[in-house]
Amino acid sequence: MTIHSFKTVSARSLHWLAALMTLTAIGMSLATTGCTGKPANSQELLHVSYDVTREICTAVNEKFIKRYETETGKKLTIKQSHGGSSSQARSVIDGLKADVVSLALWIDINAIAKSGLIEPGWENRLPNESIPYFSTVVFVVRKGNPKNIKDWPDLVREGVEVITPNPKSSGNGKLSFLAAWGSVTTRGGSDEEAMKYLTDLYRHVPVLESGGRGATTTFLNKRIGDVQLAWENEGYLAVKESKGEVEIVYPPVSIRAEPVTAVVTSNAKRKGTTETAEAYLKFYFEPEVQKLIAENFFRPSDPQVAEEFQEKFPPLTMFRVTDISKGWDDAQTRFFSEGALFDQISKLAAKR
Amino acid sequence: MSSAISSPPSGSLKKRRVLPGLGLSLGYSITVLTLLLFIPLAACFAKAATLTPSQFWAAAWSERAQSAYFVTFFCSLIAAIIDSIIGVILAWVLVRYQFFGKRFIDSLIDLPFALPTAVAGLVYANMYAEHGWFGKWLVPWGIHVAFTKLGIILVLVFVGLPFVVRTVQPLLETLDDDLEDAAELLGATRWQTLSMVIFPAIQPALLTGFALTFARAIGEFGSVIFISGNLQYKTEIAPYLIVSRLEEYAYAEATAVAVVLIVISLILLVIINGLERWNRRYD
Repeated sequence: MTIHSFKTVSARSLHWLAALMTLTAIGMSLATTGCTGKPANSQELLHVSYDVTREICTAVNEKFIKRYETETGKKLTIKQSHGGSSSQARSVIDGLKADVVSLALWIDINAIAKSGLIEPGWENRLPNESIPYFSTVVFVVRKGNPKNIKDWPDLVREGVEVITPNPKSSGNGKLSFLAAWGSVTTRGGSDEEAMKYLTDLYRHVPVLESGGRGATTTFLNKRIGDVQLAWENEGYLAVKESKGEVEIVYPPVSIRAEPVTAVVTSNAKRKGTTETAEAYLKFYFEPEVQKLIAENFFRPSDPQVAEEFQEKFPPLTMFRVTDISKGWDDAQTRFFSEGALFDQISKLAAKR
Repeated sequence: MSSAISSPPSGSLKKRRVLPGLGLSLGYSITVLTLLLFIPLAACFAKAATLTPSQFWAAAWSERAQSAYFVTFFCSLIAAIIDSIIGVILAWVLVRYQFFGKRFIDSLIDLPFALPTAVAGLVYANMYAEHGWFGKWLVPWGIHVAFTKLGIILVLVFVGLPFVVRTVQPLLETLDDDLEDAAELLGATRWQTLSMVIFPAIQPALLTGFALTFARAIGEFGSVIFISGNLQYKTEIAPYLIVSRLEEYAYAEATAVAVVLIVISLILLVIINGLERWNRRYD
């Protein structure tokens, strides 16, 4: 009897196991077929970018797809991914199969290059050191500028709350930090004075979002803070989006932000998209697209287009990262690495 | 089956179990645990082991990390205590009283499990921000919830709410209210009935619920990051620190923080388990 029952029972459990395994197998095969099997006459690009480029990418993609399809007769889809610049770089390093990246800072693409996914010398494979457009950090304030914010020192006045994302994860955050730092040191202040100013500044920051778009949501929708240190294009977008609830103030001096782009060479090679990816990025430098870029409030790199849109972008003194450090690598170690100046400043700022 | 029932209780030492084949089910359990738990944990430890001891120490015990551990464990502890109190009261109400909409409220208790915690974090942050529904009234009084530890505790209380209710509720259901009558007849005050009759009965379940809430709170990420403000040395939690280190491409350093978090959590859970066993020493 015992033998008999043992047999039936084990047979039954084997059935269960078999059923379970079949289910798993079906699940797995479904999952894998989802990723493969693309028709030969179509291409797909994945463009991984930073947080505030959603709109501009959509606009450029639409144009490029149209042109690509008429020129080659092939179908093209471009997928977009957006997030904090450093987070996005990490996703690509971790295996997100991006064909092209456009990130807020040179160091973020360089981090991908260091991991071996992008061939060295990438800056020189596209025009203008692979900088399709530049931008700056501006102040976005509430309608009528009730706190009368005009220059960097105004940000640390009593009762002013400042919104800016986390420099550890966000390009916007790093640029805000550097802009604030340079606002002291490029106008005759010492490093000690800059340190004191930034400690004061981060005392006025109630929340550190991880990316620029998150900061905008906090400022616009949650209505937290009196001033947001934002990308110029994001500022204009916020003005449009809020229907005039906020306005832009140009500080007399700010940082020249130079977002860069590159083909992720080893991904593109494996996917056979190198040619398309290169054509797509070169497209950004064409006058027609440069105009589109300017219309989306990024400062075009093409000098002729820049002149055409001169009135749109008020002049201000823009210093480069090399004016306040030896370069991006140096800036990263000196300001943002573990235990560096930003950490020290946050610690001082936390102690009231 | 009938043969199994009719079979006399044999003198064999082997106990008959409901689930067949100890070998099979044990093997299955160990395989699943290995795949889901041990290997990922080992990978985490292995990555952290690529650091030299001094690097590990610098990453895992920096001042920023210490302050993050403090925020995490402090807020989780407070939240678990609050949840224990609220949870017992809720379980009591749900078991002992009949009222309209009871079934509905009962099923509502599990909502924090189903709701993406990020939604909870966002909603709370919006409500308690300066212009939010609650913040509007609280902020003028100097009570800041959004972007403070208070906010972190609040979302953790929300996220962990079901645990104590769901562990204590079944015990209360089996607890006959005759016991309370008996206690009263024997001259016990209300407080004595509560502390000497009811509390000892639900205590093991309460402790389990507390431990679950506490553990859940330590690992919680989604809801907290929206309300904490993520300010270093102030409101940054350890899980956010891990993500933040990852974003600096410092993978091994991030796992070092994770390892400390795992070890401290394990120690605390072992202590709580020990307390539970010590509690049942006379059973």
